Amino acid sequence: MHELGIAASILECVQTEASRHPGAHISKVGIKVGELSGVDADALQFGFECLVKDSDFEPLALDIELLPRVQRCPQCGCEFRMTDFDPQCPNCGEFSTQCISGEQLDIVFMEVEE
Amino acid sequence: MNRVEVEKKVLNENQVLAEQLRQRYRDHQVCCVNLISAPGSGKTLLLERTLERMGPTERVAVLTGDLQTENDAKRLARFGFPVKQIITGGTCHLDAKMIGKHLQDWDLNNLDLLIVENVGNLVCPSSYDLGEDCKIVLLSTTEGEDKPLKYPSIFAKSELMLLTKIDLLPYVPFDAELARENARRVHPQIRIIDVSSTTGEGLDRWMDWLQQRRNSKFADAGLPARAEN
Repeated sequence: MHELGIAASILECVQTEASRHPGAHISKVGIKVGELSGVDADALQFGFECLVKDSDFEPLALDIELLPRVQRCPQCGCEFRMTDFDPQCPNCGEFSTQCISGEQLDIVFMEVEE
Repeated sequence: MNRVEVEKKVLNENQVLAEQLRQRYRDHQVCCVNLISAPGSGKTLLLERTLERMGPTERVAVLTGDLQTENDAKRLARFGFPVKQIITGGTCHLDAKMIGKHLQDWDLNNLDLLIVENVGNLVCPSSYDLGEDCKIVLLSTTEGEDKPLKYPSIFAKSELMLLTKIDLLPYVPFDAELARENARRVHPQIRIIDVSSTTGEGLDRWMDWLQQRRNSKFADAGLPARAEN
């Protein structure tokens, strides 16, 4: 339910980047959204489109790359994709594994048309 | 067409402000905890019981967030410690900017512990760093045992889970062990303390945890732990 605010933050970053390329148009912004980021990709896409529509940003596409949750085992060093909330290491059976990826909410790239 | 690599956090503005707050807390040796739960899990009552148990020389303050009303601040101000209400006016979470604004006229040199009571919401507060030392999530026995699985983000990011309203266990179909297991599935290292703000059960353990959390920050800074008042 805070995706509209997130979309607005992305547009602020686009604005900042655009100021570095006078006369150019940014046509696409790429972001990474981790499974644990608390952001719903569909709601974010919808909010983003609403903000872009009829604005100076148009046309501007949002490319969302979803990232799964990855755990690392402190015992054997195994890294594995966590599914069904099962944190147990598939290699050695250790339960207390640590989350090393999945919390991202990052802007990765922008496509600039000169 | 030219592709520009950016590598920036979406919530960069909040992140920058949160890091500034974190630095201020470090400079003034203030430990900040961020309390998060669904509406009605018992954050405010737990804080009333917490402040009630603190001696008059404790250097604690509370920022409490809600969409509307000063009700919580009024409830918490009775104990004589500095309390401020943050009214978000509809926003479903607190952000670092709101915290910074409300800390403006408080001298952090007079504080050891700052408790932030977030807006009742398990979703959005998990995305906003407030510069806190740790997040604490509350789950009450009148909710579902599967909340940690439904809202994994906040349970994964919280250092401690307080299982609240445990005095109601005989009257509600709540499987406490299943709830704990679900929380550990999302976050194997999470600490769990069962509490009842009504009967007082578990509150000593909670107060001890809070004291230790605060002291561990002072220890990290090479300072002696403050004695219990």
